[in-house]
Amino acid sequence: MAEKVLMKGNEAIAEAAILAGCRHYFGYPITPQTEIAAYMAKRMPKIGGTFLQAESEVAAINMVYGVAATGKRVMTSSSSPGISLKSEGLSYLAGCDLPAFVVNVERGGPGLGGIQPSQSDYFQATRGGGHGDYHMIVLAPASVQEMASLTIKGFDLADKYRITSMILADGTMGQMMEPVELSEVKTPDYDKSWAVTGTKMQREHNIINSLTLVPDELEKQNFARYEKYKIIEENEPMCEKFMTEDADIIVAAFGIAARVAKNAIVEARKQDIKVGMIRPITLWPFPKKDFFEAAKTAKHFISVELSMGQLIEDVELAIRCTRPVTLCNRVGGMIPSPAEVLDAIKKANEGGDK
Amino acid sequence: MSTTQILIAGFGGQGVLFAGKFLANKGLIEDRQVSWLPSYGPEMRGGTANCNVILSDEPIGSPIIDKPDCLVAMNLPSLRKYEYDVVPGGVIILDSTLIDETVDRDDVTVYYVPATKMARDGGFGSLANMILMGKLIAVYEDMGIKNAEQSLKKVIPPRKAELFDVNLKAVEAGYNFE
Repeated sequence: MAEKVLMKGNEAIAEAAILAGCRHYFGYPITPQTEIAAYMAKRMPKIGGTFLQAESEVAAINMVYGVAATGKRVMTSSSSPGISLKSEGLSYLAGCDLPAFVVNVERGGPGLGGIQPSQSDYFQATRGGGHGDYHMIVLAPASVQEMASLTIKGFDLADKYRITSMILADGTMGQMMEPVELSEVKTPDYDKSWAVTGTKMQREHNIINSLTLVPDELEKQNFARYEKYKIIEENEPMCEKFMTEDADIIVAAFGIAARVAKNAIVEARKQDIKVGMIRPITLWPFPKKDFFEAAKTAKHFISVELSMGQLIEDVELAIRCTRPVTLCNRVGGMIPSPAEVLDAIKKANEGGDK
Repeated sequence: MSTTQILIAGFGGQGVLFAGKFLANKGLIEDRQVSWLPSYGPEMRGGTANCNVILSDEPIGSPIIDKPDCLVAMNLPSLRKYEYDVVPGGVIILDSTLIDETVDRDDVTVYYVPATKMARDGGFGSLANMILMGKLIAVYEDMGIKNAEQSLKKVIPPRKAELFDVNLKAVEAGYNFE
């Protein structure tokens, strides 16, 4: 076993990416994720990799687009406003079915917003973000260890499905330090026969392009892509269940919100309230089945989030609105306290708020 | 089984985050669960800085501390901001060189440590932060001075290795302060 070290979440992402074989990082600094770029700037030159601080976020994502077309592992990272700038590139990556890895360490918005933690880019991430019909795989770590393990998973899923995977974290997850254990990563062989690597006059050209002017061809591509998404929705949803077996009330929360909610749930259990939590680890594909199953016995759901009611919509959809779902949220860089979550649990237990 | 939630607060530049790293690494060496969460952003540059450290024998839920068991206050604004957040029965350790006032509560134990003066007199430069950490690990019996040396080795980067001895002496001075 590797030695446990204390690392910031941002640094854990960077080191895990290197372990996963990523040798190309393009970015532009923005709080609260700059440690990823700083780490890459230090490490990449020593291991024959590329660290490049681009002139802008738009440039950085297009550099990612270029390397992704060659089939090499590549990543960028940013925070909310920077991800908006990168959204055009994310759409192009999707249109070309290219594997890429993107990190969003969210801060409060909209606009330039603030620099404190937030989860308000949930819709943007889970619905694609850019224009056109597409999805990214969206992973939501709730510990520094998961910042690392989901980075490795993210690269693998990207290669497996030729899709962009995104880590959706928040300022707290990026800045906090916890013990993390990193060991060697075995990367499976993925088919890269589609990559643009030079034909050496031995094969047909591979063409990477997102422009398709013939409508029925473009329609076919979209249908095919959604067939792939169906497989992902079938195979890849992940969640953690905490004290759900006998729970009358289920809290839905991810990332830092789930950490806070856990404290509240432990406290509520001491007061004999049967409450548990489903913590989505993949936000897309959303663990719909787990919520749907839970709704057969649970009476009330609570969405704890650092946004104005975004996660709650997926919870309502997953349980097909068969149970009341209440919102417990703070925004703008504020984080609900365990006491606030406990209040929401108590209200739900008394059958209040709906 | 115990959990200690520690809030260290002061001006940016007083070594608040470094002090927290020392505690967190010491906890890690002792195989405890630990989390370290800094304030970040513009306040780091000359304004107030603080850092949340949790040491526990159980998995840690939220890394955010709103009711600390222990407040380490390195300046007056930090003391005034957080003194009433400390849980009853908790501990406040303050730098009495920089804080010329007393704590009004009688349900917490307060340690007045003239850390800045001790650092100046002892030749420890600006290491008031580590003197206060020394006091903290003396107050909590489950922490103690053991592994302080190993933890410092982890948190002081190799290029600043010459600072190791003085940091250790500062921790010891705080530990032995009555």
